[in-house]
Amino acid sequence: MAEYLFNRARLIDPVKGTDRMGDLAVSGAFITGKSELKNPEVIDLNGKVLCRGFIDLHVHLRQPGNTGAETIATGTRAAAAGGFTSIVAMPNTSPAADNAGAIEYLRQTAARQGVVKVLPCGCMTKNYAGAEMTGIGGLKKAGVVAISDDGRCVQDHALMRHIMEYATSFGLPILDHCEENTLAAGGVMNEGKWSVLLGIRGIPGEAEELMVARDIMLLRRIRGGRVHIQHVSTAGSVELIRRARAKGLLVSGEITPHHLALTDENIKKYDTNYKMNPPLRSEEDRAALIEALKDGTITVIATDHAPHTETSKRVEFDEAPFGIVGLETAFAVSHTVLCVENKLPLPELISKFTAGPAEVLGMENYSLDAGNPADLTVLDPEMKYTIDKEKFFSKGRNTPFHGFNSVGAVLMTMVDGRKVYVNDDGA
Amino acid sequence: MEFQWTRKDLLSLYDLEPREIEFILDTAAEFKKVSQRNVKKVPALRGKTVVNFFVEPSTRTRVSFELAEQRLSADIVNMSAGTSSLKKGETLLDTVKNIEALQVDLVVMRHSAPGAQDFIARHLTCGVVNAGDGAHAHPTQALLDIFTIRERKGSIKGLNVTILGDILHSRVARSNIWGLLKLGANVTVAGPATLTPREFESIGVRVCHDLREAVADADVVNLLRIQHERQTAGFFPSIGEYAKFFGINSDTEKYLKPDCIIMHPGPINRDVELSSEVADGPRSVILEQVTNGLAVRMAVLFLVAGCVKR
Repeated sequence: MAEYLFNRARLIDPVKGTDRMGDLAVSGAFITGKSELKNPEVIDLNGKVLCRGFIDLHVHLRQPGNTGAETIATGTRAAAAGGFTSIVAMPNTSPAADNAGAIEYLRQTAARQGVVKVLPCGCMTKNYAGAEMTGIGGLKKAGVVAISDDGRCVQDHALMRHIMEYATSFGLPILDHCEENTLAAGGVMNEGKWSVLLGIRGIPGEAEELMVARDIMLLRRIRGGRVHIQHVSTAGSVELIRRARAKGLLVSGEITPHHLALTDENIKKYDTNYKMNPPLRSEEDRAALIEALKDGTITVIATDHAPHTETSKRVEFDEAPFGIVGLETAFAVSHTVLCVENKLPLPELISKFTAGPAEVLGMENYSLDAGNPADLTVLDPEMKYTIDKEKFFSKGRNTPFHGFNSVGAVLMTMVDGRKVYVNDDGA
Repeated sequence: MEFQWTRKDLLSLYDLEPREIEFILDTAAEFKKVSQRNVKKVPALRGKTVVNFFVEPSTRTRVSFELAEQRLSADIVNMSAGTSSLKKGETLLDTVKNIEALQVDLVVMRHSAPGAQDFIARHLTCGVVNAGDGAHAHPTQALLDIFTIRERKGSIKGLNVTILGDILHSRVARSNIWGLLKLGANVTVAGPATLTPREFESIGVRVCHDLREAVADADVVNLLRIQHERQTAGFFPSIGEYAKFFGINSDTEKYLKPDCIIMHPGPINRDVELSSEVADGPRSVILEQVTNGLAVRMAVLFLVAGCVKR
């Protein structure tokens, strides 16, 4: 049984609220007490950060259906390189993960080919078409940790209400992509000054906010209901979530690193690596998102990792698919924007990658306590480097962050006591 | 004044310096003289090949470009989306790369996707002239509009220009706005609130929804075609109501200053945005615009072709 002793580590544990220098012992697949070790490999961290492994609530692995863009093998290696030990796989594959068999396929393939933990998510409507509820009980039994129609939004409010109620029977959180279709129709970027100047069809912030408000309104009378708003992108959505949380509703939200770092002004050159849904918003929205992470309104950073082939992105802006890769740039970009530029304390950032998403999934005590799985991430918050898409493990090269000068890097990722990523540049 | 044109592409007026715009207009004035001669053809582009690639259909712009190319003695190939490989699933970039591989010097392209020309120009060494991209830009139309205004009014600086109609969906409006602002005009956009986004105020444009107020001080009113499909999409209730509140006709013409000229990029919806009596009346410079378009396009083709390195 492999044993490791991390020496001189800065142990950051947001669940316990601790940030201290110390050692951490790993035996087999679990965190253990130092005295339990017999002959460990000693890893001297010399003050580098050690925390529980990152959890990404929002990843598109593209398998089955679009393995030219990504596979479970490549996507999980990209996750490992990003410090993620668990990733929630969105069900909008082809065919969609809307039945127990598809979940079983995902679990088996991930067990054989993946290097991090792939947590399945099932559709909440069949083929995420927004018309008929899936067999949510059967999905739960097959192992899903949440349900989501990500990529689309249920427009039928009565159906949504039933799904929210029914899901409580199985204790499953809903991860909701909030978008009102008539307002968003045909849009490919944020509606605002830049869409007007560039002549590009816009998606107004209200398209998201209406459905965030809808979800919150419906949630008020659903006992035990839990809704997590995916990729929150506007100041208005943040305000709705802030007020709902103040009233004690079980609503949470996630923000992507790209919405923290970029705005719609970046689309000036019609570069399709700035095209995603929800779109990059205005500078005012960006500021509100940063504030929401600082004041605790938003508890999760998630990537919405959406790989696409270079061919599919090398087209007219209107024609390009939505989405960018994010797993391998998430920590570097968010650390640079939030901690370096906006003075968010590092433990709070780590919480958005660990305790925050763990809470959404109902994972208890996601801490560094002995007995917990040795899912661990080692970080160097000072390391400066320039993001190079050619070094990605992901098949996707569709990133706007190629050449981005970042501060903060992932040095090592461990899943169940196995090293799944070691940064050769940093150690 | 020594000035050296350095661009192989004309993509939008937003990209240009004021003196570059003036230089195109000055060059166009020279070519206009050519068009008035008995022999209208010059050898400026002899031996050069121009492909007119109209992914979105066009009649007048395409004819204007073709004539301009012929008068410059260029060799011409015309392609439309129907005859191109786009129909067979080839990407736009592959199609234009194939055109370029035939040693073409210039591609004049119209496309329904905003930014399509910016996108292909980044990947091509031949020159690219934007003949209209979605709602983004139509630089040669704006240049011919500005050329016509300058001819009539002497200078652009300080003029009040009102662009009236469907601003939201108009590439002509956007290119006019940038060109006019760069040359020092005061620009108003006017029309129903659904079609005249307030965001234009952020670049110093006045946004107005009252026809009388919008045109009262105008030296120039440039009308845009109103499309029936906008009514279907719910931007305004009916063509009749549009004409009544935002059309220029004998009733509303009296709000105009005596020397205010009327422009229209065509094709006109007679008696919708513009009544026949005004369109055909003394204020109208609509056919002059068409004539000037030829000279402006000759100037643009001549200048960019001079910067294509092959």
